Amino acid sequence: MDIERITVIGGRGRSGDREPLEGLDLEMGAVISIVGPTGSGKTALINDIGLFANRNTPSLRQILINGSTPPEDCLDDPSRNPIALITQHTTFLSDLPVHRFLSLHARIRKHPRPADVVEETIDFANQLTGEPVVVDVAMTELSGGQTRALLIADAVVIGNAPIILLDEIENAGIDRTRALELLRRYRKIFVFVTHDPRIALLSDSRLIMHTGAMQAQLLTSPEERGMAERIRAVDDLLLELRERIRAGDRVAFEALGEAIARARSALSKEEGS
Amino acid sequence: MKIVICAGPPTSGKTTVLKQAARRLLAAGHRLAYLKIDVQFADEDEVFHDTFGIPARKIYSGDLCPDHCSVLVLGDAVKWAGAEGADLLFVETAGLCLRCAPYIEGALGIVVLEATSGMNLPHKIGAMLSLADLAVVTKIDLVSQAEKEVFRANILDAAPIDVIEADALHGIGIDRVVARMQRTAPVEGRLMLRGSPPVATCTICAGKRDIGWEHHFGVLRTLDNDLFYRGQ
Ligand SMILES: Nc1nc2c(ncn2[C@@H]2O[C@H](COP(=O)(O)OP(=O)(O)OP(=O)(O)O)[C@@H](O)[C@H]2O)c(=O)[nH]1
Ligand SMILES: Nc1ncnc2c1ncn2[C@@H]1O[C@H](COP(=O)(O)OP(=O)(O)OP(=O)(O)O)[C@@H](O)[C@H]1O
Ligand SMILES: [Mg+2]
Ligand SMILES: [Mg+2]
Repeated sequence: MDIERITVIGGRGRSGDREPLEGLDLEMGAVISIVGPTGSGKTALINDIGLFANRNTPSLRQILINGSTPPEDCLDDPSRNPIALITQHTTFLSDLPVHRFLSLHARIRKHPRPADVVEETIDFANQLTGEPVVVDVAMTELSGGQTRALLIADAVVIGNAPIILLDEIENAGIDRTRALELLRRYRKIFVFVTHDPRIALLSDSRLIMHTGAMQAQLLTSPEERGMAERIRAVDDLLLELRERIRAGDRVAFEALGEAIARARSALSKEEGS
Repeated sequence: MKIVICAGPPTSGKTTVLKQAARRLLAAGHRLAYLKIDVQFADEDEVFHDTFGIPARKIYSGDLCPDHCSVLVLGDAVKWAGAEGADLLFVETAGLCLRCAPYIEGALGIVVLEATSGMNLPHKIGAMLSLADLAVVTKIDLVSQAEKEVFRANILDAAPIDVIEADALHGIGIDRVVARMQRTAPVEGRLMLRGSPPVATCTICAGKRDIGWEHHFGVLRTLDNDLFYRGQ
């Protein structure tokens, strides 16, 4: 099925009142973040999307694909389901070696050149992780961050789902900026549930959730986009600090001088420069 | 009476699937009854009675094989459910012996498997899978996209039956299970077991497939737990 657009028709929030935002349209290629306080219904919303809710969940929302109710057959078989949902609990349970497991998936998907997609998947995952994935260890021996990176890579490359829903990727300790850059190379609809300001500002728009209800959709303004660029230096500063601590170094303010200077200059830049 | 026989290994999610289905079937106006067969402990009868206010009971097979027990007592159970005014009977089995299959001709046979149980499970279990009409794969919320697909491929490789993936905890995928239950025709006339168990030591094992203790010999039991011997 060719996905052009996915639509969320609003239902009601936790209080039972109608959602302030009546609906949400996501066109092919859209990258959106879902933001809001803890317990505001972000996960519930992507679950609604993931199961093609049809006024049959507590929120009474309805999901349309290309403007109409999704055909039965896209729910019949996970390999034909256009949506890949990666929840906070999703993991690999298989103890097959990474390479064999991915090859098995590629074979089931009848990829014409399975070896190539397996390679691409591992490359993709390795760009997100600190330590590269060893291809002959068991899937279950991967670290939390490696597992997360490979889950995303497998869904994007081998699974090739046109719509990808990701719950809180920032918690995996993977490189978020890199992840967004890489993901944007694939033409898909990406929905990130996130508490991370950078992921939110690097998205095309953000959906604000509150008390279980969709409140508003804000398009990322050019100014906000610029801000994402400028706070990158602050983020890089924190990442560098993280890397040094991870590497077992002692840290001192002076030793981070260069990164601090970059951050300071990025923040103090004149508007528009 | 429509009959749904739900088998599957312990803790695979049989009760969770049936509870989700019961909520939807009751809302659609069905009159349900529920029977749990287990070896020595079960509380599902209380759960179904307290949650949904439907007639529910259990039977412990004790020293008897639970699937043999179900063959003996199901005749009584269908009469009981009818007397309670039900039009659909759920039977949840103990699911201990993966070789036996407690399914009845004309009833809907569902095997509940958990996606977390290892991808080779479909190749390890025999008739419990191959004689079912439908496999419901639970706990898909916990596994990767790839594993969902491999698990399904392994089921279809082991037996060409229908497969529905579900996150039973959140009710995802259950509507399609319910639609399948609603499409099932009522069971009429003689109740017969679908296949024979693999080892022959009694009339059931030896291939006598009639449901109900009246049709069998040896150590027998009724739904009211009378245990007695009937010689030929
Ligand atoms: N995450 C998740 N948990 C589930 C799912 N289905 C069932 N569970 C959990 O799995 C456990 C066992 O589920 P039950 O429904 O009691 O399993 P059962 O097959 O009836 O077990 P027995 O009757 O004891 O053999 C419970 O803790 C459920 O909450 C699912 O789809 N996802
Ligand atoms: N529209 C709604 N109607 C009824 N219940 C809802 C609705 N939206 C959310 N809920 C319920 O509210 C609870 C909290 O929602 P959810 O888990 O989606 O929050 P969250 O924003 O993902 O929080 P966190 O940031 O902590 O992950 C859940 O039990 C969910 O089922
Ligand atoms: Mg959440
Ligand atoms: Mg149970």
